Amino acid sequence: MNHPHRAQHGQDSHHIQGTRHSQVGPRAQPALAALHARLNTHLGGAARDWLDQALDEAAAHPGTHGPISAWELRIAEAGRRCGPEHADAARVLLLHAARAEPDALTRVYRQGTAAERIAVLHALPHLVPGPDALPLVEDALRTNDTRLVAAAVGPYAALHLDPHNWRHAVLKCLFTGVPVDDVADLPRRAHADAELARMLGDYADERAAAGRPVPEDLYRVLALTEPTATPTGTSRSPGAPGTSGASGKES
Amino acid sequence: MRIFDPHIHMTSRTTDDYEAMHAAGVRAVVEPSFWLGQPRTSPASFLDYFDSLLGWEPFRAAQYGIAHHCTLALNPKEANDPRCVPVLDELPRYLVKDQVVAVGEIGYDSMTPAEDTALAAQLQLAADNGLPALVHTPHRDKLAGLRRTLDAVRESALSPDRVLVDHLNETTVKEAKDSGCWLGFSVYPDTKMDEERMVAVLREYGPEQVLVNSAADWGRSDPLKTRRVGDALLKAGFTDDDVDRVLWRNPVAFYGLSGRLSLDVTGTDATHEGNTILRGGE
Repeated sequence: MNHPHRAQHGQDSHHIQGTRHSQVGPRAQPALAALHARLNTHLGGAARDWLDQALDEAAAHPGTHGPISAWELRIAEAGRRCGPEHADAARVLLLHAARAEPDALTRVYRQGTAAERIAVLHALPHLVPGPDALPLVEDALRTNDTRLVAAAVGPYAALHLDPHNWRHAVLKCLFTGVPVDDVADLPRRAHADAELARMLGDYADERAAAGRPVPEDLYRVLALTEPTATPTGTSRSPGAPGTSGASGKES
Repeated sequence: MRIFDPHIHMTSRTTDDYEAMHAAGVRAVVEPSFWLGQPRTSPASFLDYFDSLLGWEPFRAAQYGIAHHCTLALNPKEANDPRCVPVLDELPRYLVKDQVVAVGEIGYDSMTPAEDTALAAQLQLAADNGLPALVHTPHRDKLAGLRRTLDAVRESALSPDRVLVDHLNETTVKEAKDSGCWLGFSVYPDTKMDEERMVAVLREYGPEQVLVNSAADWGRSDPLKTRRVGDALLKAGFTDDDVDRVLWRNPVAFYGLSGRLSLDVTGTDATHEGNTILRGGE
């Protein structure tokens, strides 16, 4: 994968690098510890033992070895070991234990099932301080799989996705029925965004012209684009992935 | 009537089919990887197909309340093309995926040495990965093909009770049953089996280890043939329990051998508003 931003950041001062990192590090650890604790309360004994061993193994042998690294194998089989409803959290923890960086995350994503790809997207805010993994978010946003779209508009996209692609992501949620509640940091990013307001208005006009209802979510986002709106309120924190994977339209 | 279609190529079917299948009682399918009609020319083309069977197709199925699993393999026909054979090297990393419940479709098409090699290699892959195998029996020279298939199974590390031999008919069912393999029948509008012949076979051989599928694909075929067989069985005097055994419990038992079958599809049904295969603008 390309790292269009890496060289540029390399020229930046350590202060900036440190600042970016601080957006991930201090918050990621307690959040993942909480995720692990929550997961443990749901898993049966055998699944918990499997996960503990898999996490130890990933921590001891991260990186790439052989045709498929042991920790990547564990990510593939997490569904049948922990149950499909808990696999996402297990996979996020495994990616963290293996200290997966953008190259490894890209490999797991590209070689992954839809469920594995979703887990990679959920792991991004915990593992990647800079914008290096944006191509994965953009890939997911090109799909029509609403589970992937919902996972793509999480806190990592909120932090790094450029305005044009971010606006199209919001519009795509409205098109495909992904609740905009899944869009992380929506009030902050939508605030005073006149271009987003124009796109939403045009979409509403198009729906009306076709005699179709305008999604309620559209008006909610439109209200947030007002310069007078308060750019705070509900936002999904990077530290709060559920234990059951993508929300809403996971089905 | 709850129905598990253990062999159907949904990639080639429409959302109308999914809707009709759900209405007919289909709640689970297994989609074996196979030939697409148009020959492939590289492993990359297989990998995109495998990714689709592990990503997009289960998503489509879930929109209609149908659980989707798959079997992956290099199919017999394309095993004869040296440009495609390297996909065998990629299979191990795919066979570990959660939704892969067997290696398949493998078997014979023209019974060539290249098919021998691919079949043996993939029976071994099934054994190595704790998976059962779905074995297609050839359309041409069928009985000879079945015998050669059963020989290959006997020479493999896979026990016959972890093998489903498919596309059986009146001429091949007895030897297949004697082998200890699971017995698959594909019911088609014109070729393979039809509903009434299926009833007769079940009368003669019983429902044990028998699976009935539509094998619906891009050719003339009907994804509701499983239901029609169920109706024909009831009309012929079979019990609800017999029908449930053939159309649900047997496929669950066979693919359950993988330890990876997950039949819960949550939060969707065929009419779930706003959560269908939307392109936008609907």
